[in-house]
Amino acid sequence: MSQAPQPLTPVESNDPITVPKRVAMVRPDTRPTLRQSEEKWVMTFPHLIIREVIMFMLVVIGLSVIALLFNAPLEDLANPLLTPNPSKAPWYFLGLQELLHYFPPVVAGVVIPGLVVTALVVIPYARINLVAGPLWSGDRKRLATGIAAVTGVLVILFSAFQCWAIVVPSVLVAAAMFVARSEGKGKPFRRFLTLVTLPEWVMTWFVLVAAILTIIGTFFRGPGWSLVWPWNMYPPA
Amino acid sequence: MSTFQLATLSTWIRSSAVWRSIVRHGVADTNRNRSLIIFENLFLHVHPVKVREKTLKFSHTYWLGGITMVASFVLFATGILLMFYYHPSVPQAYQDMKELKFVVDNGVFYRNMHRWAAHLMVLGAMLHMLRVFYHRAYRPPRQFNWVVGVILLLITLLLSYTGYLLPWDQLAFWGVSVGTNMAKEAPLIGKPLRFLLLGGNIVSENALLRFYVLHCVVLPVVLILFLSVHIWRIRKDGGVQGPPEKDASEEVEP
Repeated sequence: MSQAPQPLTPVESNDPITVPKRVAMVRPDTRPTLRQSEEKWVMTFPHLIIREVIMFMLVVIGLSVIALLFNAPLEDLANPLLTPNPSKAPWYFLGLQELLHYFPPVVAGVVIPGLVVTALVVIPYARINLVAGPLWSGDRKRLATGIAAVTGVLVILFSAFQCWAIVVPSVLVAAAMFVARSEGKGKPFRRFLTLVTLPEWVMTWFVLVAAILTIIGTFFRGPGWSLVWPWNMYPPA
Repeated sequence: MSTFQLATLSTWIRSSAVWRSIVRHGVADTNRNRSLIIFENLFLHVHPVKVREKTLKFSHTYWLGGITMVASFVLFATGILLMFYYHPSVPQAYQDMKELKFVVDNGVFYRNMHRWAAHLMVLGAMLHMLRVFYHRAYRPPRQFNWVVGVILLLITLLLSYTGYLLPWDQLAFWGVSVGTNMAKEAPLIGKPLRFLLLGGNIVSENALLRFYVLHCVVLPVVLILFLSVHIWRIRKDGGVQGPPEKDASEEVEP
């Protein structure tokens, strides 16, 4: 940042950058910098509070309308002797229940959820998540090999369990990562893709897999956990 | 004698000794009073008196955390109302669902609202987490608040899951049976943990009572505890963090 000192010229201005009015002690190991533009602050009351109240009302009104229109499900009295087919967990666990179809219960019920929670907890402590720049900004050859290798392992591993619901999105995300290598013809989306960091790609992959598994488990699984179309589902999802 | 005016009444109430003893500031006509509104109020003083203007933009947070919190308020309100009509016993729990539907005034409305708000809270917490991740708002000094957020997500899932059993219909019974059968698979601790949770080896009356206590007492208390830490730390870390801010390029040496 250090440039050759400008020749001194008298300035008529109130701009704090061109005419500093404050005296500051700056330690030699820090960089004395100013922001180009001062941040604008507003009073919490009313600016923030009014928005919070509106948001509160919209959520409550929205929920009330939904509660008036749609009844919460209620089936027959619980009967331990009559197992419905299929019996499904609540929707947010159906991704895991779908995994149960491919993997032994200890993997689907313990190992994978354990890994997901661990991965979520360590996110802010992993250096890569703090410093990552655009994906292809580093050693491109090494990265290409790395992505290809990881994708290969994932594809082989999950193909062995015939878990195409994970194989397909993994291949798609890897392909998108390679597409992001160049800006293309400067189309805005292609330019956006080049800026995505490695942690963001990994999270996108995870969300995609979780969403696909949950949707399959919710809408496409019928008796005996067989694949059915949503419109053939009984009882409907 | 002039005619009655609402504004006169309002002024009379606001200047009364009783009102002044409760609300110790005037109307929000000056910035001083606007500040006092915030920091003389137990429920508002978690806010700073001033906020950065850009944090008010919708795309700064998409209000996802706030929406999740409002969903939890709705859940507390409707949940307390539902508790007045609910017995955690077999088969009375199921009969109570029928009572709510056919006998209790607005019972079906409160049950519906509790159900949909629960879904909103789970979905909202997940989307909020994604928003924070893509905005890289977990970066220092907010690392630990992210971890608190993960804990809150788990508490939310547990709350939703324990509540799922309470209607004691086929959906509830088998949904919970499927889930707890998966927990059984954890090495060593799986089976004892499941026994502890269910009060037996199958989902039974004991499980219903335990889930009820967890759902209505233990987990809400833990939620309030961690939610307080979560909100308090947002304030201490300088407010909500939106999209990554431009760094050094915005700065100049004087």
